[in-house]
Amino acid sequence: MSERRTPDDLELLRNLLGPEGPELSCEQCFAELDRYVELELSEADPDLAVPGMRAHLEGCGACAEDHRSLRALVEAETAPE
Amino acid sequence: MSHPDQAPPVIGPDAESRAWIRGLRAEGVRGEDARRRLHDLLLRAARFEINRRRGSLPHLRGGDFDDLAHQAADDALLAILGKLDGYRGESRFTTWAYKFALLEAAVRLRRRAWQSREVPLEPEHWSVLPGPDASPATSAEGREVLGSLAEAIETELSRHQREVLVAIALNGVPIDVLADRLNTTRGALYKTVHDARRKLRTHLADAGLRFAAEPEEASR
Ligand SMILES: [Zn+2]
Repeated sequence: MSERRTPDDLELLRNLLGPEGPELSCEQCFAELDRYVELELSEADPDLAVPGMRAHLEGCGACAEDHRSLRALVEAETAPE
Repeated sequence: MSHPDQAPPVIGPDAESRAWIRGLRAEGVRGEDARRRLHDLLLRAARFEINRRRGSLPHLRGGDFDDLAHQAADDALLAILGKLDGYRGESRFTTWAYKFALLEAAVRLRRRAWQSREVPLEPEHWSVLPGPDASPATSAEGREVLGSLAEAIETELSRHQREVLVAIALNGVPIDVLADRLNTTRGALYKTVHDARRKLRTHLADAGLRFAAEPEEASR
């Protein structure tokens, strides 16, 4: 229980092994991205509505970047002037 | 307080989103006007993406970025007009449209960043996995797991799976860039990554090893 790993090792392992459990494909991720972001920015639970999205965003760097960008843009657009 | 058992409300397109769709489908001046306004919106989204990432492309000049923004907006507009039937009103129309512009801009930026770089696909490029002479920073347990993974990458993965996983997961090649070089798509490559990862996880489990970054289970 006391073994420790360096952050680099953890990063390497995460990259190699990916997320656990079922995840969406890149195509499904893109199809759901707008709905997911709006749910995130509302009171709703996006992971309940779009299962497998969170895991895909953990496993897929490119989709994760697209997600961060869309979220940031929608946030910027809806921010009060 | 919202009731936890309540189903999420079914959302249809709001009035503004419906107006967008009607405008974009209209003939004549009205349609042209809607498409021009959408192009402006997409251009703004593409510039937003470029501004977020331009630090990663120090050799590009302002004019290059502007060309790139226009190309991304043009292609996003075409994609959107071809896919209007696919808009189901589950988000605002503008949110739906933005994702196309952001994607077009991001893919172009990643390509630019890797334009003159070699995409490493050679087997020797994954020697980053520690061998017996691993750095002292790696714990004994970490070495065991990584050593087991190194073996699995050699013996359990197909050559294609090995190349793709190593390039993306170890060498940080963007998946779109690799898709271009291998003449395939992001989705197809990710499927390969996913299958390779499953094999590695199975290998670890068979060897009785555990990926300790995950929530602790009662290990016996
Ligand atoms: Zn993806």
